[in-house]
Amino acid sequence: MNIVWAVLMIIGVGYGLLNGQEATALGNTLTKSGEQAIALTMGLVGIVAFWSGLNRIAEKAGLVRSLGHLLRPLFQFMFPSLKEHDAALSAVVMNVCATLLGLGNAATPLGLEAMRQMQSRNPQPDTATDAMCTLLALNTTGLTIFPATVIGLRIAAKSANPTAIVASTLLASIIATITGLVVDRVLRRRWRP
Amino acid sequence: MIVLLICMLIVVVGVIRKVPVFDEFVEGAKHGAMTTIRLFPFILAMILAINTLQGSGLLNVLMDRVGGGLEHFGFPKEVLPLVLLRPLTGSGSLAVTAKILEQQGPDSFIGLVASTIQGSTDTTFYIITVYFGAIGIKKIRHSLMTGLIADLAGVVAAVFVCTKLFT
Repeated sequence: MNIVWAVLMIIGVGYGLLNGQEATALGNTLTKSGEQAIALTMGLVGIVAFWSGLNRIAEKAGLVRSLGHLLRPLFQFMFPSLKEHDAALSAVVMNVCATLLGLGNAATPLGLEAMRQMQSRNPQPDTATDAMCTLLALNTTGLTIFPATVIGLRIAAKSANPTAIVASTLLASIIATITGLVVDRVLRRRWRP
Repeated sequence: MIVLLICMLIVVVGVIRKVPVFDEFVEGAKHGAMTTIRLFPFILAMILAINTLQGSGLLNVLMDRVGGGLEHFGFPKEVLPLVLLRPLTGSGSLAVTAKILEQQGPDSFIGLVASTIQGSTDTTFYIITVYFGAIGIKKIRHSLMTGLIADLAGVVAAVFVCTKLFT
């Protein structure tokens, strides 16, 4: 991350100066950034806080658990190697349910718990198992029923209809997730541990 | 509409299951707000980097060179920086999406595509680093490749779905 940021900053300023940009114009961009960052953060705080509040109720009411129960057969199919390992499968189900609900904060600890459970039965502790790769495939596709962050961005940009993208986002992320799962199945044979 | 129904459902189930709904809502909202505010320095750093890149003119040069060819496939070149940054950095892609929404308008076609991409892909590199790093896995096999292909599928799907739904 440090390298990415350094590269962006250095080539940005460097190219600007080489290109004969006035140093003051470049300086103005820099001061304007603070203002934009504040506006963006403020736009996000409202909607993210609202959704986190609702999700807290859902969590306390046991809705995440119910959703997990409902989806369990699907996960037994996706993670055949965890059939005999209930603790790992449960953590996987909870992690994906939390991701689905857009609970990023709750999802990561659950995901790490799932990884630890799977690692405890890994015959080669330095190599990823099939189930680990499948879990990563599910986590890197951003499948969520309510993209609170994007809606916050759209509110900050004064959209007339901030939630217009809920359906398109859901469809696109379902396609991405299915692709991820298929690619995982196909590539796993070529990268045998 | 769907969003409102979900809200109602959550509150109704909460009341039925005797959850102190107001207290828990406030508690959750507090966490959400704190997390977002803690994100501010990261957002600032990335907005700074992206404004610098754009102010220098380099971003436009890159977009024209690489993105020009993509336009033939109905792919708006304005979202190219987002596609490239998305797997690398969460705050960076947030900053780029915000920039696109500001310049193109959040309800324009490009704005809708950018929003959909932002929502349907994730920071693959970051997730892989955190998840495998936590348990000391060195050989990650095909997982990075899988994540990146899925991200690409998300981008293509976003453009396709938005073209069908919004034009």
